[in-house]
Amino acid sequence: MADHGEALTSSSYIQHHLTNLTWSVDGGWNAHDAGFWTFHVDSLLFSVGLGVLFLWLFRSVAKKSTIGVPGKLQCFIEMVVEFVEENVKDTFHGKNALIAPLALTIFVWVLLMNLMDLIPVDIIPGAAQAVGIPYLKVVPTTDLNVTFGMSLSVFALIIFYTIKVKGVGGFVKELTLQPFNHWAFIPVNFILESVTLLAKPVSLGLRLFGNLYAGELLFVLIALLGYWQLPLYFPWAVFHILIVVLQAFIFMMLTIVYLSMAHEDH
Amino acid sequence: MNINATLLGQAIAFAVFVWFCMKYVWPPLLGAIEERQKKIADGLTQAERAGKDLELAQAKSTDKLKEAKAQAAEIVEQANKRRAQIVEEAKAEGETERQKIITQGEAEVEAERNRAREELRQQVSALAIAGAEKIIKRSIDKEANSDIIDKLVAEL
Repeated sequence: MADHGEALTSSSYIQHHLTNLTWSVDGGWNAHDAGFWTFHVDSLLFSVGLGVLFLWLFRSVAKKSTIGVPGKLQCFIEMVVEFVEENVKDTFHGKNALIAPLALTIFVWVLLMNLMDLIPVDIIPGAAQAVGIPYLKVVPTTDLNVTFGMSLSVFALIIFYTIKVKGVGGFVKELTLQPFNHWAFIPVNFILESVTLLAKPVSLGLRLFGNLYAGELLFVLIALLGYWQLPLYFPWAVFHILIVVLQAFIFMMLTIVYLSMAHEDH
Repeated sequence: MNINATLLGQAIAFAVFVWFCMKYVWPPLLGAIEERQKKIADGLTQAERAGKDLELAQAKSTDKLKEAKAQAAEIVEQANKRRAQIVEEAKAEGETERQKIITQGEAEVEAERNRAREELRQQVSALAIAGAEKIIKRSIDKEANSDIIDKLVAEL
């Protein structure tokens, strides 16, 4: 348990664990209400760091990859690649060089970010506190900005490919002439389809955020239980492994599905 | 929890990572996998072909073996025939030789007999002459009667 300064209450402990290390253009470090141009330094640091780790690992294997008998690491990496490739092939039937690498990046990156959740909640923030960093949130996917940063990027790709494949007219038609193909229904259709369209990135981002945030919060709550955390921490961590992998997979799969829908003509 | 510029940072990082993955990670990895798949498929077809080849070669070798056996049997038969022929020839030759030797022997025997008979005749004639001489010595001159004796000898 963190035992740092001041009067430590449960709520302040939780509050502390849920506060990001921020830096804003206007107010500098950890300013209150610093406006839009604020960066969650910890989220970005860990997410970029894990992304680099992922790319470094895969790139180093890719550079050394042989056609002959692969090593153990190459086997593992190829298993992941083939898993993603299979899912992409099953769902996405067009020709697009972006989808598969995109799916791989999403899957592995989100998985790595989610896995940070399994590190006991006090270790890294505690260490950071020891060297004078007041707040540190280590799981980037418990940051709404991170999940929405990704889901909105996917959203941009959805719109980009819809327009690229079907043209602006096709995009507008999709929004206005479905599900009721009659001019009188255009306003109704537009409302329905806009909600459908906007629900994609929102649900994508919120699902990942919600699952991981809840998981993290539960870890924090368990950590508050004193000795009781010992029997509780492990089952929740084991259960959480499932959530971690599942959420990464769902994010990847939905991205593929959305993009394949963007490519399909009705 | 508020939405702020972190979102942009994350989106930019996401774009860069995806670009890097698309450019430098995905193609070599999938390329290696696909190439290996091709290699394995090639190997399998080759193995299959080799199996077929082996089968073919085995069939061929069996055929060849059969042929060789047949040929060997033929040769042996031919040799047997030839042997019989040679034996037959030798037999015939031996027979003629034997015949020749026999006739020769017979001729020789005949000649010998003739000679012996001649000799015997001469001896008998000489004996007869001697006998006659002894008889005649008492009565007649030898010269006067020699022509008779000669005639006698010739008749003998």
